[in-house]
Amino acid sequence: MRSRLALWIPLALFAFFAGLAAYMLTQPKQQFVESTMIGQPLPAFALDPAFSGLPGAAKADFTGKPKLLNIWASWCLPCIAEAPQLEALQAQGVEIIGIALRDRPEDVANFLGKYGNPYRRIGSDKISEVQLAIGSSGVPETFVIDAKGVIRYQHIGDIRAGDVPLLLEELEKAQ
Amino acid sequence: MIAEIGLAALWLAAALAVLQMVSGAASLRAAQGEINPLAIYARPAAIVQAFLAVLAFVTLLYSFAVTDLSLKLVASNSHSMKPMLYKLTGTWGNHEGSMLLWVGVLAASGGLLAGFEKRLPERTMGATLAVQGFVALGFYAFLLFASNPFERLPVPAPEGNGLNPLLQDIGLAIHPPTLYAGYVGLSVAFSLAMGALMTREVNPAFARVMRPWVLGAWVLLTLGITAGSYWAYYELGWGGWWFWDPVENASLMPWLAATALMHSVSVLAARDALRTWTIMLGVLAFSMSMLGTFLVRSGVLTSVHAFAVDPERGAFILGLLGLYIGGAFTIFALRAGAVAEGKRFAVVSREGALVFNNVMLSAILAIVLLGTLYPLLTEAFDVRVSVGPPYFNPAGAIFAVPMLLVMAVGPLLRWKSDKPARLQFELALIAALVIGVIALVCFFGQFPLLPLLGLGLAAALAVAAFLPLKGRNLRRVPVATWGMVIAHFGIAVSLFGMACEGAFSQERLAAVAPGGTEQIGDFAFTLQSVTPVAGPNWTALEAQIAVSQNGGEPVILTPQARNFWSPPQSTSESALLTKWNGQLYAVIGNQAEDGRWQIRVWWKPFVTFIWYGGILIALGGVLAIAGRVRVDVKRRSAASKGAQRRADLEALGAADPVPAE
Repeated sequence: MRSRLALWIPLALFAFFAGLAAYMLTQPKQQFVESTMIGQPLPAFALDPAFSGLPGAAKADFTGKPKLLNIWASWCLPCIAEAPQLEALQAQGVEIIGIALRDRPEDVANFLGKYGNPYRRIGSDKISEVQLAIGSSGVPETFVIDAKGVIRYQHIGDIRAGDVPLLLEELEKAQ
Repeated sequence: MIAEIGLAALWLAAALAVLQMVSGAASLRAAQGEINPLAIYARPAAIVQAFLAVLAFVTLLYSFAVTDLSLKLVASNSHSMKPMLYKLTGTWGNHEGSMLLWVGVLAASGGLLAGFEKRLPERTMGATLAVQGFVALGFYAFLLFASNPFERLPVPAPEGNGLNPLLQDIGLAIHPPTLYAGYVGLSVAFSLAMGALMTREVNPAFARVMRPWVLGAWVLLTLGITAGSYWAYYELGWGGWWFWDPVENASLMPWLAATALMHSVSVLAARDALRTWTIMLGVLAFSMSMLGTFLVRSGVLTSVHAFAVDPERGAFILGLLGLYIGGAFTIFALRAGAVAEGKRFAVVSREGALVFNNVMLSAILAIVLLGTLYPLLTEAFDVRVSVGPPYFNPAGAIFAVPMLLVMAVGPLLRWKSDKPARLQFELALIAALVIGVIALVCFFGQFPLLPLLGLGLAAALAVAAFLPLKGRNLRRVPVATWGMVIAHFGIAVSLFGMACEGAFSQERLAAVAPGGTEQIGDFAFTLQSVTPVAGPNWTALEAQIAVSQNGGEPVILTPQARNFWSPPQSTSESALLTKWNGQLYAVIGNQAEDGRWQIRVWWKPFVTFIWYGGILIALGGVLAIAGRVRVDVKRRSAASKGAQRRADLEALGAADPVPAE
């Protein structure tokens, strides 16, 4: 007749859900979307200069030694916060190539004048084409690119003082 | 001062919930035929508690109306410059306020149950009120310890933060309160189910008590979901009406369970069958409500609905969930085996069809539940997935299509046992309609499978919905039967709208210079100008688009790109042109560098029928309640007249025999 055991099924299912939900609540919530391009070569691109003071940026610029690719914009507030850290990295001999997103030349020049210029080159990405192609979902983001043009590491969000040694280590690893 | 009154009322209500729980439980310990002296407090406690909880909500409403910026909740969610309507609706446009509304509705339904329900045996009523008090207590604790809406700021804020602009819409006035009333109305069905299970009183009389509560909650859920769907449709500016988002699913799942419960409780009331099944669904329906609240409030799932989420609050609600759902399922597992089996019936019978459809509804519920929770499961293994329409639509349809077919036939079957041969004409008519309409549509072009099936089924259902009236004197058809007919017809109407939207929608995305004209379907639209306009707390760019159908008199549509300044956010306000046979939906996008504007226009034939259908379904539910209540009142007044008369006769010492009435 009616199985007594079957009556326990709802409770068992619920217990499974509750266990799973409890576990997930304790997990830190990953807010950022990681790029699936890590470990892959950079997609081909060639961007015009973002303002008259520096040359533009292209895939061909990532040769010789590991470099940083910094995606930023003059309208981005966290970018102001990370400007001193980028300068610190540059002072340690790191070569930083910037990509300014949806920006205007006068704003870029104004920003660099105010907060310092750590960049060797800055390309202007008017329609986020490079940003999307390398799997970045926000500004600022910083990528470690090795001498062969392969994306080795992605840093999401502004670079804090504590992140500087981390990035230097990643650059070292990419040698 | 006002806010402190609200807080005090909440604490008092919580204390009364304890009293209600203890007193209700005491009634279970009474000897046969006697009433435990403690048990008399349960009803008054529930009623006073309802007043207090509603009072607490009213004080919060008042604080929002006068923008009392010394309250943290008001300061962080309101703004003195907001229009009055949105100040009021902003009361539940945030976590604490909406939980207070939740609890207010919970207490109010408990109060209504205690005040008006006199038919149940006292023991069952006591147990029911005890469960209701127990549930309420947990949520009072949640409010008071983890989400106090009346928290003061040490220093009053100079100005409030404002309300999320997407919520500054009439939709917020309608959608959450109706949905909540529906969600929480199911708590009464839950408590009744638990009460009946504990006292083993699962019988038709109990089902008749439960039925109006289930119907009422179901009507409100239907309206809430319909309103929410339309709100998302015009407010988000994406042109869709259902996104299978976790939060949407959270409202759909209780509705599916309540739909199954409503049918099952009717079978129990009419035929004394499906006892265990009814109890199970009663527990399940409110469990889905609470689960929905948990998913929305804890942030364990990613949703387009950006609710303020908080893992600690999530843990609190999960604890309550474990207590209530876990407890209910435990009692169910221990006790349901002891509930006597109900009446038996043949496979081909009204009951058979209802059971089949209940199983289908439960299967759809399982599909939706699985799809909603699946990302949670995979994320535990660090794999991120997103489950969307490609899963939900076909997987749901596998069970929805047979369900809709049986739904067309079910109401024509007799109770207990029937022969398909008796319904030859009706069955042939339904089959002919399904096949005929699909063939006809296929003749005109290539369309996706699901909308095609939808069109065929909608046509068959629309006719089949009225077949139960065939050969009956329409004036003598009970009101509740009319309710069923209209609700089933509403399903057909809604399905027709969904299928048309899926099969025949046209979309046009164009960059248009002012003065330029584009064409979509029968409509030519001309961008006349784009001008800045200002509202009470926003500024916007408004496009004037002249739309003319087949060269007729043009109508001006004005979609806006709005910028709110507190909090700063931009929204896209769609402009709609509603015709009897569909809607033209226009949205304005960005301006390109050459001065042209992105204009996106959809022509959605019969899309409005989706929501007309929803309203019809709810109307059917209202008629069903009205019909049941009327019959019940008649029966009760007849019974009390009879009793009065017998008493009078006895008092008069009249000689027997009692004259026949």
